[in-house]
Amino acid sequence: MEERSVKMDIKKREEKGGLSFPGQLQETPDGGFLVTKLDEAINWARSNSLWPLIFGTSCCAIEMMSAAGAKYDWSRFGFEVARASPRQADLLIVSGTIVMKMAPVLKRLYDQMPDPKYVIAMGACTISGGPFFYNSYSVVKGVDHIIPVDVYIPGCPPRPEALLHAMITMQEKIKHEAYFRKTK
Amino acid sequence: MTKEELKNNITELLPSTTFDETGEFLNVIIASDELLPFMKTLRSKSEFDFDYLFCLTCIDLNNHLMMVYHLISKTHNHCIVIKAKITDTIKPEIESVNSIWKTAELNEDEVYDLFGVKFLNHPNLRRLFLEEDWEGYPLRKNYVDENMIKL
Repeated sequence: MEERSVKMDIKKREEKGGLSFPGQLQETPDGGFLVTKLDEAINWARSNSLWPLIFGTSCCAIEMMSAAGAKYDWSRFGFEVARASPRQADLLIVSGTIVMKMAPVLKRLYDQMPDPKYVIAMGACTISGGPFFYNSYSVVKGVDHIIPVDVYIPGCPPRPEALLHAMITMQEKIKHEAYFRKTK
Repeated sequence: MTKEELKNNITELLPSTTFDETGEFLNVIIASDELLPFMKTLRSKSEFDFDYLFCLTCIDLNNHLMMVYHLISKTHNHCIVIKAKITDTIKPEIESVNSIWKTAELNEDEVYDLFGVKFLNHPNLRRLFLEEDWEGYPLRKNYVDENMIKL
């Protein structure tokens, strides 16, 4: 329980350097210059300004709204601007049941997001169909049948803390990306 | 009007009806071809004055379908349930009550979508929730879906 708390997440973040810029400032008499790695600088910028797309289809969306609200306030971690347009978003939080009729819409939204883009599957429905796994004619059995998923959050619905934990995990993942060292 | 009074008045109106008083409301079971004139009377006659249709649904009972209409009168504050039996399960058809209660329009679309009951004289009968090209009617007992995972 202790390991999962947001406080622990924040502590871990601070131990790893927190929000500080990954590089060294070299002082010279008339100013200074900065030494860093391009990958690290890019990842630092990307991970700390994730713009989530507003996409809620059921009760998980209520928890997501709560996480965005004053009490949990995800803007503390750099998710400030939730966007209503996929063109301006780079994080898709799939919060809620996806039915067959919604699936093409979700795919199109994902395709419309500019790269780099990330996906969080929030709640049991998006992981496997959840309570609608058996005897359902309409529910997609896991959102990863449609789009690739980076982070999964179990729960029905997960609490805002769990969402914050997932988002911080997402940031950790982004920080370990290697854009320029990518092998093809 | 009390349940007993409703029952007496309806028997006068339509002697062939049967009643079922097991639930909260008085259930009136009629044949599907008697539906429209009967409903019109319930709406227009001042002692009934059922001015609000608050639930419209359907039940699949394997060998026949049963349309269920929940009515309430806001002036007299009495409720009634009308059940209309549709015996043809292959091509089920019934008159639309949309001309009496406008709210029935979308409810009937839903019943058409999930049970496949065709409503005659409905202004715009269409699939409401499922895609236009969906095959079959999911809430029917004989509905088969190969992709469905059975428990």
